[in-house]
Amino acid sequence: MPESSTASPALALDGVTITFPSPDGRGRSYTAVQDVAFTVAAGEFVSIVGPTGSGKSTILNAIAGLLEPSGGDVRVFGESLGGINRHAGYMFQADALMPWKSALDNVAAGLEFRGVSRGEARQRAQPWLERVGLGRFGDRFPHQLSGGMRKRVALAQTLIVDPKIILMDEPFSALDIQTRQLMENELLDLWSADRKSVVFITHDLEEAIAMSDRVLVLSAGPAARLIGEYRVDLERPRDVAEIRMTPHFLDLHREIWAQLRDEVLKGYAQTKLQ
Amino acid sequence: MASASTARKRLPSRPVILAMQVGVLIGFFLLWHVLTATNILSPFFFGTPLAVLERTFKDFASGAIYYHLGITLLETVLAFGIGTVAGILFGFWFARVPLVSAVFDPYIKAVNALPRVVLAPIFALWLGLGIWSKVALGVTLVFFIVFFNVYQGVKEVSPVVLANARMLGANSRDLLRHVYLPSALAWVFSSLHTAVGFAMVGAVVGEYLGSAAGLGYRIHQAEGVFDTVGVFSGMLVLTIFVIIIDAAVTFIEKRLLHWRPQEAHTTNAQG
Repeated sequence: MPESSTASPALALDGVTITFPSPDGRGRSYTAVQDVAFTVAAGEFVSIVGPTGSGKSTILNAIAGLLEPSGGDVRVFGESLGGINRHAGYMFQADALMPWKSALDNVAAGLEFRGVSRGEARQRAQPWLERVGLGRFGDRFPHQLSGGMRKRVALAQTLIVDPKIILMDEPFSALDIQTRQLMENELLDLWSADRKSVVFITHDLEEAIAMSDRVLVLSAGPAARLIGEYRVDLERPRDVAEIRMTPHFLDLHREIWAQLRDEVLKGYAQTKLQ
Repeated sequence: MASASTARKRLPSRPVILAMQVGVLIGFFLLWHVLTATNILSPFFFGTPLAVLERTFKDFASGAIYYHLGITLLETVLAFGIGTVAGILFGFWFARVPLVSAVFDPYIKAVNALPRVVLAPIFALWLGLGIWSKVALGVTLVFFIVFFNVYQGVKEVSPVVLANARMLGANSRDLLRHVYLPSALAWVFSSLHTAVGFAMVGAVVGEYLGSAAGLGYRIHQAEGVFDTVGVFSGMLVLTIFVIIIDAAVTFIEKRLLHWRPQEAHTTNAQG
């Protein structure tokens, strides 16, 4: 590993295994991921790709502290994780905004939970709404916003509490391709202004390469393992739409896809068996 | 799909529909009037619309009805308030403590299956003929509606919304205030019309079975002396009363649930 920083990495997973008991409590238990180990340096953008059902979200939930690994260890800035990961912000795949709060109150929620008064929290939330381009939509409720706007609110909601680590679970998968590329660029802009560690889950290899410093490949489940690690040495700042045309991007894509394709086929066969 | 939307588009405008609704009302009273005036229906058993309207008007003009309206309203409000608060508290308790709900589940179901009206004489025995026996009957009706809705509301909080709030740093008190309570209240409010209606039923049925005041008492009195006009007049007042309360509930609901998509509203027929 070329990283030679003296401080401990933002995230270090060591031999993480996650097993779920079978739903009826009798049959065989299900091991989602097995013996996963990787580190994420401070300020590094890491993507995890893998076929459907390879336990990508499971790994993210373990890092978030929402799920306790059955084996192994998650360390956050050198400290073993127990309970919710206080250093992490989490952007979920599904809509996670509180539908009974306006956009502004949703963004302010994290500050309120940290003991900031409601008035001050709302005041500090307004610039964040403006930063994601929704300054005039503060009083709208989630159902009055489009899917893309809801994702922007969720992004502001996650970033306002200034997490050192951002976890993203296919955050843009529900968006159309144009909105998606806009959001990806906006995310990169926000990220480059204030580098945080990002763990980004996606099944879209192009998105993973375009965004990340490093791409990790998971094998098909069950008992998915990390089988590949690729450094993306494309220069920043990047435009996710344009970078897809560069020769180096295509080389990387070809190289990673060669490995991923086999796993996707295996994963597909698995789902067909069930 | 397409045919349904074009059919909806072909509906006449709102004022026209309103005029038709008024027309149905007038038509009903006309039919009633003609049938009783020509003695096809006996005015003794069916009353006459003019007499009913006259009696109702007189009751309001003389002010005799306001005391009884006030009593029924007080019983309704008390039954609704007590039943709702108890329903919310128990709903939360049952939803958050699985052991409690597991143990009490059959008993809750058993009590809910019991027709509550049979409790009215018992409440009259225990609490006397004043307002509290009616309030108690109303509470037993309202409680279960609110209880089941709160239980459902707390149980069905989206796990993603919950996980998100926890990741944003919410402790269990924050979760209660910012996630569970709003979610449960949405369910409570969606059943508000039913709950208010049942509070009314409790009050009126209680009065009907034994009391010295209230709309149910007046209807019972009129019935006792074969005063059909009095019975119908009482029913008319009751109907107006319910419509006004229902409108008030709709108003409160719109104020408190404006975060919800509009199509989630079930609108009762207006006008």
